[in-house]
Amino acid sequence: MIKTRIIKREYDSLAIKTAVPLLAILLALLVGGLFLYFSGYNPGETFLRMYKGAFGSSYAISETIVKAIPLMLAGLAVSLAFRMKLWNIGAEGQIYMGAFAASGVALTLGDLSSWILLPLMFIAGFAGGAVWGYIPGALRGYWQVNETITSLMLNYVAIFWVNFLVFGPWKDPASKGFPLTPRFSLNGYLTTLGDSRVHMGLIIAFIIAIVFYLILKYSRWGYEIKVIGESQNAARYAGMNVARNIILVMLISGGIAGITGMIEVSGITHRLQQDISPGYGYTAIIVAWLARLNPFAIILVAFLFGALLVGGFGVQTFGIPYSIVLMLQGSVLFFLLAGEFLIKYKIVLSRKEAN
Amino acid sequence: MSNLKKTKKTLVLILALIFIASMVIGCGSPAAQDDEKNDDKAAEKFKVGFIYIGTPGDAGWTFAHDQGRKYLVEQIPEIETVYLELVPEGADAERSIEQLAQEGCNIIVANSFGYGDAMLEVAKRYPEITFLHCSGLESAENVGTFFGRIYQARYLSGMVAGAMTKNNTIGYAAAFPIPEVIRGINAFTLGAQAVNPDVKVKVVWSLTWVDAVQEKAAADRLIEAGCDLLAQHADTPAVQQAAEAAGIYSIGYNSDMRSFAPNANLTGPVWNWGPYYVKTVKAVMDGTWKPEEYWGGLEDEIVDLATISDKVPAEVIAQVEAKKQEMSNKEWDVFTGPITDQDGNVRVQEGQKLTDEEMLALDWFVAGVEGSPNP
Repeated sequence: MIKTRIIKREYDSLAIKTAVPLLAILLALLVGGLFLYFSGYNPGETFLRMYKGAFGSSYAISETIVKAIPLMLAGLAVSLAFRMKLWNIGAEGQIYMGAFAASGVALTLGDLSSWILLPLMFIAGFAGGAVWGYIPGALRGYWQVNETITSLMLNYVAIFWVNFLVFGPWKDPASKGFPLTPRFSLNGYLTTLGDSRVHMGLIIAFIIAIVFYLILKYSRWGYEIKVIGESQNAARYAGMNVARNIILVMLISGGIAGITGMIEVSGITHRLQQDISPGYGYTAIIVAWLARLNPFAIILVAFLFGALLVGGFGVQTFGIPYSIVLMLQGSVLFFLLAGEFLIKYKIVLSRKEAN
Repeated sequence: MSNLKKTKKTLVLILALIFIASMVIGCGSPAAQDDEKNDDKAAEKFKVGFIYIGTPGDAGWTFAHDQGRKYLVEQIPEIETVYLELVPEGADAERSIEQLAQEGCNIIVANSFGYGDAMLEVAKRYPEITFLHCSGLESAENVGTFFGRIYQARYLSGMVAGAMTKNNTIGYAAAFPIPEVIRGINAFTLGAQAVNPDVKVKVVWSLTWVDAVQEKAAADRLIEAGCDLLAQHADTPAVQQAAEAAGIYSIGYNSDMRSFAPNANLTGPVWNWGPYYVKTVKAVMDGTWKPEEYWGGLEDEIVDLATISDKVPAEVIAQVEAKKQEMSNKEWDVFTGPITDQDGNVRVQEGQKLTDEEMLALDWFVAGVEGSPNP
């Protein structure tokens, strides 16, 4: 009788860490390729087009970065909370609240010069998201209310709040009733790099990643976050203020997600509208985990994820329905996440007498 | 020892998989080059690209547009069409429109109002391409907008509904409180009242453009409220199916929804984009196209009424046909006075008519509608 056992690997092997993701991507391409082949499409050409769509020209690369920036920022946002084993599922709502607050500043103070307006929008975006992170943080810190549920539910509140504004009081009178706010004044547009749509959000993401790295690696606070994440009781025993740290981390996590909202309205749409985020707050959770919460890995994974989304979307004009594109993207994720498991655990087959 | 064997086995397996994978990828390469050549030939073809907010599927807004695209290919077989579906209105819109431009489209059509900013932006970079924005607000040198007077077809469907309700309580599941939707509810109500002055139309907002679950929830609330006929400004046939399940009548929207609710569905206002696409594409090919803000009605067949069910008495159908003729001949239009609002104020005097500007900004309900235009 063959028994399977799952055993935690005792050491981290660099070979496995690099081989498993590569193998996962190969397997995903193989499965996706077979699926495409049997659906009557040319797999090689499809993958080539996906690659070209994401990296094939400087325009393609710039658009991949445009897609990656909100994933970088939101990924960094949730990773901070995850390090403390706080499940902030609310980045989506925090993005909307950040977009709302930044838009409020841009729409009311549009006459200010961009040197004053943009920092104000930045602060407002952070504050909007921070409030939305503070609420589940405080509920958890003081009363042990499960932050997974509260942060998730607040997403809907935030999305409906933005809907209310764009359908109601903030609607542009010139929009003939369509749910859009007026365009921001040019002073509220985030600077872009050259002719592309890549905006300063990229630099902001880099700076936040570096700051995160330094804090987590060298500061006392970073150490506290780590200890609280491992064991709250041990942290308390060591005299750390757990509740205060939970609230602070949720506040900063929410604030950075809020900045994501600010850069999307200021850098891309230049006004507040519905569907400002097509689920960046949720995708960011996958990005953060695939990057194992490492700030620099988040930047890289978000970029690759952006490539997967952008490159995949474009192959539709090759005659491939979007549902098949989603299937291909899903299979890449499936194998990567399954690979994660194999990095941490090994499956041992053993021949044993049945008891 | 056995461990070593296992490792070897795994290695062989991995290598085999890599081998197969590289074969699959490798196989594609020669074919890919062929396709490149085909692409070059195709580039000489006149190409029309579509940006869809939804998926063509089998009913609804994007389905109607895709029917129009197919009609276009039938009528002008020498052109080529491509489309991108489920394009979000935020950051992704501009990239998607740009992609169609880079792939050599001569005309790019976008089917949702939220694409406006992105389309104007790309249009600036490609002055040689013609851009058509459905339900758009702004035109430009090479950007035209187009829409249809669906309210005329809604009025006609309202006449059918008014004749077929038994308890004079009609339900209307509506998407979002914007002038287009409000205009449709008013037109529908006026049509129903034209054949049955006692009709009341209850409105429930589903607050979604496409969501079968929320649309069904809205329909269920209307059924609970005692409505014996449902109409919809919603994308999916969920309202039709709810009516079918409850054994009451319904009026569809966007495309003919009879097949989803054969017993309930009586008719519905439908979009018919094909003739507009053909006319416009021909004009662009001939070089006679000029940017316009097109808002056509029954006379252009861009809006129409789906085939009326045989459950509707012949004299009602005759009445509807007569009214349709009157509108097609431009002898009469829906918002002709006297029209009073919910509070009893006369909004349109006898002999007056709402202008297009006023219709496009409509934010009040006519008398007989139950519900708020500002939920």
